[in-house]
Amino acid sequence: MSWETIFGQLSWDSLVFSGAIKHPSTSEFVASGAGSIVILGAIGVVVLLTVMHWWKPLWRDWLTSVDHKKIGIMYIVIALVMFLRALIEAGVMRSQQLAAADGAGYLSADHFGQLFTTHGTIMIFFVAMPFITGLMNYVMPLQIGARDVSFPLLNAISLMLTAAGAGLIMVSLVVGEFSTGGWSGYPPYTGIEFSPGEGVDYWIWSVTLASIGSTLTGLNFAVTLYKQRCPGMSMFRMPLFCWTTLCTSILMIFAMAPLTVATIMLALDRYLGFHFFTNGDGGNMMNFANLFWLFGHPEVYILLLPALGVWSEVVSTFVGKRIYGYTSLVYATMCIAVLSFGVWLHHFFTMGQSANVNAIFGIATMIIGIPTGVKVYDWILTMYRGRIRITTPMLFHINFLLTFVLGGMTGILLANPTVDFQVHNSLFLIAHFHNMIIPGVLFGMFAAVQYWFPKAFGFRLHEGWGKAAFWSMAPGFLLAFFPLYWLGMNGAPRRTVMWSDPSFTPWFALAMLGAALLLLGTVFLLVQIAVSIRQRRQLNVLLGDPWDGRSLEWSIPSPPPAWNFSVVPHVDGRDAFTEAKKTGQAYRSPAAYSDIEVPRNSMAAPLIGVFSFTLAFGLVWHIWWLVVFSFVAAWAVVIARSFVSQTTEIIPASRVEAEHEAFLAAVRATPGVTRDLEMSSKNRGKAAPDRIGQPGQKLPDDVLESAL
Amino acid sequence: MKGITPCALIVSGLLLPALAQAAPSADTAIANAGFIDAAGPIAAAQFEHFKTIISLMLIVVVPIFILVPWVLWRYRRGGRGAYRPDWDFNWGNEAVLWGIPIILIIVLSSALWAHTHKYDPYRPLGSDPLDIEVVSLDWKFLFIYPQQGIATLDYLALEQDRPVRLKLTSGTVMQSFMIPQLAGQIYTMAGMTTQLNLMADRAGEYRGRNTQYNGDGFATQSFPTVVMPAGQFDAWVRDTRQSAQTLDLSTYQELLKPSIEHAPRYYGSVESGLFERVLGSFTGGHEHAKAASAQPSPGHEQHLQHTSTKGAEQ
Repeated sequence: MSWETIFGQLSWDSLVFSGAIKHPSTSEFVASGAGSIVILGAIGVVVLLTVMHWWKPLWRDWLTSVDHKKIGIMYIVIALVMFLRALIEAGVMRSQQLAAADGAGYLSADHFGQLFTTHGTIMIFFVAMPFITGLMNYVMPLQIGARDVSFPLLNAISLMLTAAGAGLIMVSLVVGEFSTGGWSGYPPYTGIEFSPGEGVDYWIWSVTLASIGSTLTGLNFAVTLYKQRCPGMSMFRMPLFCWTTLCTSILMIFAMAPLTVATIMLALDRYLGFHFFTNGDGGNMMNFANLFWLFGHPEVYILLLPALGVWSEVVSTFVGKRIYGYTSLVYATMCIAVLSFGVWLHHFFTMGQSANVNAIFGIATMIIGIPTGVKVYDWILTMYRGRIRITTPMLFHINFLLTFVLGGMTGILLANPTVDFQVHNSLFLIAHFHNMIIPGVLFGMFAAVQYWFPKAFGFRLHEGWGKAAFWSMAPGFLLAFFPLYWLGMNGAPRRTVMWSDPSFTPWFALAMLGAALLLLGTVFLLVQIAVSIRQRRQLNVLLGDPWDGRSLEWSIPSPPPAWNFSVVPHVDGRDAFTEAKKTGQAYRSPAAYSDIEVPRNSMAAPLIGVFSFTLAFGLVWHIWWLVVFSFVAAWAVVIARSFVSQTTEIIPASRVEAEHEAFLAAVRATPGVTRDLEMSSKNRGKAAPDRIGQPGQKLPDDVLESAL
Repeated sequence: MKGITPCALIVSGLLLPALAQAAPSADTAIANAGFIDAAGPIAAAQFEHFKTIISLMLIVVVPIFILVPWVLWRYRRGGRGAYRPDWDFNWGNEAVLWGIPIILIIVLSSALWAHTHKYDPYRPLGSDPLDIEVVSLDWKFLFIYPQQGIATLDYLALEQDRPVRLKLTSGTVMQSFMIPQLAGQIYTMAGMTTQLNLMADRAGEYRGRNTQYNGDGFATQSFPTVVMPAGQFDAWVRDTRQSAQTLDLSTYQELLKPSIEHAPRYYGSVESGLFERVLGSFTGGHEHAKAASAQPSPGHEQHLQHTSTKGAEQ
């Protein structure tokens, strides 16, 4: 047996540390440092799990669980871990560009290429996607009064495929190199002729695993939303977050497939000498650009729509008012989802199409601005005539309203082909999409964590640290990206490792300062979680309704039982829980309890995850025996699972009754708090009616406003 | 750019006084500059359009910056505004919310349509253009002047006030060719041609570069674009013809190897039809280098070549 049969193209030189030993340089030391962090982190986790005897609970309660709430939390944990890595990479790139103002800086061009590729790939596929997927997983079934998603095991498999992709991209820090082709991986640069190493293969397989996982998630959630709504929950009574989840799921079903096809075709080019995207021999890279952006543009809305749903929930809760223009917001969301498939060409106006084609796609792109603009004004009108409580999620929301419109304005600029010819591939473009994704998606997810964390864990997050994080991150974002608009307008292209123009230096310094503030804000968020865990007794809100919530998830205990709803709720309007509280229907004992069927844990998903990881690793390094073994093993698990006949278990009615009655008794025994005491330790998760400014007190301004 | 750089320094200087020392002093290299400091009609029009869109967009952006603070103040908890928790709809508002953006987008769309056609990179800018063939390589640009029979590497000389018609292709991966102060960018792709029409109305030196990442030499893949008055341009052509270097297929094969060039090169003569051969080299078999000597097959070479009637349409 030769080395190559067993290890494929792996060799000792593949280890990141060999570079630092053979060609010592700062760039190599940085790479080795990153590799060491991965290894030490992994060792640290193993030691912690062993010392605390957590292996068994981890396997029993989490990895094999098919409960949508636990899967959601695991998704978000993956997102946070990967966020830390990609954020640090962003800081390293910023410092390199600052250091390279008058020289070469400290990173090699190749290392810099890997950094921007992993930063983009991770932030999109392993931060934003798992974050929104985890959130939709946790919240959506609770909001529609369901006990789980339609296909719980499939849900777990989606998670494990994403985890396998994330694992692969982490391994690439230690073994081998990553692609330098950017997150969009355009051939022919990423073809075998120009990028012969393992880097592009790492990109292909980690992205493919994630995209297959997302396709399955989309199918699962769409079916859940169509089929699992509780009695009375018609489509137009769903909370807006559910609507955005539905649109995102539909986008996932149709948009992830072109990406999977594009990456597989690129793999065929690289592994089997096909010529889909090669220079010559009938290959044409323009097909890749079309396929990639046929995914890539809807992807932007896959990320954004759930965040827009979060904003709708946050604003109506913290304003204590029905959402303004519900129907309008639903139609706007649907418009965005449908239109997002018709604009992909604006990512390459510069490819030489005729002016007619460019103009049509430019106009289609600007049309998306209409429903988006309507949404922004709907949120402002929701605050109008409300009672605004400036909590951490609301701070993020206000910041979103103000910065998102600026990003929208630069988006309209980029939609104009003639302007795009100038700012395409420049830092202006970088500033634009970070302007949409950071205040929109990322801060939306942070706001969602602040908002739903008490639901998931039974205690609030520390408000002071949350505000500190906001006040660090919001200016951090402005400083980090608004200088890039300016630089882009002055001819600074993206992805450059060094500069010759000293007039850029001050702007890069500002951007560096912004990146540092974003990093600091992230540290504050981590501190917030740590402090909150330590103070969880004062912060506990076990009764489940800390914010005077409006939708069904707030009507059950925090954290919710495995079966979510002890009695399937009946609703007869929007804002079901608010109405129930108003009419005194909330927290009533049901006439009877019945047995509840819940899905059993299964080891199928983690096994499929492990085998798809080894399959991908084998493909990257051409270890063919591992590829064959993993492929067979993964499908063997699928077949073995189909012979398992006991896939559910019964929670007896007596147990459901005991737990639920205990919860109701606790609710009745606890005095509710008004919104004045929302952030005090008196808040146990039961809301008392708020007496401030009830209708009836005629203020002079009312006359004016009713005229409006 | 010149007027704005001090502003930039003042703003950043307020926050980071130490950085004020980093003020631009080097004048040996050509500074990066964008379409803000346009040196030709195309880039100038692009910047004008940029400003038009921003001013139109302010119609929807400014109200948000007024409304949000006002609403926050007035309807804050404890504020004076009336509390109407069940108020959630008004037809008048809906009409305004949807109506104004729709009207705005209609206006912007008609501007977009007109501008996109008027400044289509394929649209000729006048008669008697200066024809230049551009081949993007790793990590340099080759410019062939077929009318003059000369070629340059990483140096583009243009005649002031004369329309320029660039025909572009790539000898390697896809790249994006751009001279920000003169015109927007266009991709260069192997086996295909794209076109870029531009014009310079101010003599001077402007930075041109590749903006599409293509590996280790990407950051420094730029070239000076020197715009000179007619007489000076003719003199430059004459001087360049004196160069003993010839650009033929074997020279081109050498240039195909990735390299970072530190100085321009000038070729006094060019093998005729070289650009077509470069194009044709991607239509044949596996060995691109060998295929470069094969005859081009006209049916394949120009996926993106617009028909000549296209310009007439506008």
